Amino acid sequence: MTRLHVEHPGASALVEDLGRPGLAHLGVAASGALDRGALALANRLVGNPDGAAALELLVGGFRARFEGEAWFAVTGAWGPVMLDGRPVPPYTAARAHDGAVLELGTAARGIRYLLAVRGGLDVPAVLGSRSRDTLAALGPEPMVAGQALEIGAEPAASVPVVDQDVAFPPAQGSVTLAVLPGPRADWFTDAAGTALFERPWRLSEHADRIGARLVGPPLGRRRTGELASEATVPGSMQVAGDGQPTILLADRPVTGGYPVIAIVAPGSLDAVAQLRPGQEVRFRHA
Amino acid sequence: MSRRLLPSGDSALLVECDSLEEVLALHDALAADPRPGVLELVPAARTILVSVDPARIPLESAATWVRRIPAEAVSRVAGAVADPVTIPVAYDGDDLAATAAALAVSPEALVARHTGIQWRVAFIGFAPGFGYLVSDDWPFEVPRLAAPRTRVPAGSVALAGAFSGVYPRQSPGGWRLIGRTDATLWDPEAPEPALLEPGRRVRFEAIGAG
Repeated sequence: MTRLHVEHPGASALVEDLGRPGLAHLGVAASGALDRGALALANRLVGNPDGAAALELLVGGFRARFEGEAWFAVTGAWGPVMLDGRPVPPYTAARAHDGAVLELGTAARGIRYLLAVRGGLDVPAVLGSRSRDTLAALGPEPMVAGQALEIGAEPAASVPVVDQDVAFPPAQGSVTLAVLPGPRADWFTDAAGTALFERPWRLSEHADRIGARLVGPPLGRRRTGELASEATVPGSMQVAGDGQPTILLADRPVTGGYPVIAIVAPGSLDAVAQLRPGQEVRFRHA
Repeated sequence: MSRRLLPSGDSALLVECDSLEEVLALHDALAADPRPGVLELVPAARTILVSVDPARIPLESAATWVRRIPAEAVSRVAGAVADPVTIPVAYDGDDLAATAAALAVSPEALVARHTGIQWRVAFIGFAPGFGYLVSDDWPFEVPRLAAPRTRVPAGSVALAGAFSGVYPRQSPGGWRLIGRTDATLWDPEAPEPALLEPGRRVRFEAIGAG
């Protein structure tokens, strides 16, 4: 039996895969890894299918010990990865021997590491997914110190030789996100529409798997009054009464009562997952 | 019957109707005429989100399907898609007497009305498996509690606005509690995790209060 013993979860250690789409009509969001590209890359590096369950680790401070030998790869956030005190290059597959200790330092770029282990994390699936939904409290509980995760059987595919140049670490400085029109754009003033695309925004401290709240010029409403709650999609930018937008993410409530001015394109959501509080964000038309 | 199609990203449309009645009729019509590539219909109070796999059905084709489908705004409980689910309820909720008094009926009359009519799940909101139930034959508007409870037990049968509902799990809540059921509303381990899903018809049955 191969296991990963969590000695320190860090700020947050959650099992995530590609989530459980198709259940919004029952009140369940898709959940899943916020940085889906990083999940797929980490899995490919160790020969897993793209959607094998992995750990999503916030910021750093994570430490775990391998029981048995296993290949692993760390992607997503860019920071110090140490195996038994020796640095391992990020975005590469490495082999841990029995008893080896893996440590992730504070991320220098991005904020969410993805740690994939060859064979995937073998935890029970709930509604077809091993993802932790932090709002609906579905799936594996957040990792705590002393917990052991079973590692699944090795996949048929071997550990591939991957050109490391295909992987880009998260951007520093200003990040530009592509957005699509939102269903309630006409609830906002022309000035709000202009400000969304022409002014710089910053990620606030209020950013998690449910939503990422931005700070910038208040987006004024043309139409006041209440909106009956309606279904949202990942990336929906809902604007609360104070005019500040929140990008709704994987664990969002499936319906929301604030108007959605625009929708971050699916291809830009991985970048949202890696934004750090205070980082500048700009928007462009997809 | 008017429906407006609003953009919602590159793989969904938000269809806006004038009333909940139109949402219910359109949801029935769309559900009865499914198209390959349409992944999900997510109704709410005035809207239905139609999500698609754009590789299998272009958004434009889905829009045409939604624009052209005939849907009559009919009775909320007509055209049941399946036999109604029956939920046994002990009508001994903490708010039953006060709610009945506020509606100027006796508790017995309120319970008789609640059990005597057929309900329909209009949409799911607030929590996984929490169905908002409506009925043409429910005449009451029930104000929410001024101060929500921090803990409403799972299985609590409740009223708010024009809706009835059952709390699937323990949670905070501001609906008025009229009874409780042992029925399992939400079990993520079960093949059918939610007892109530949009379009489902529901009856409540009074059982002896324990």
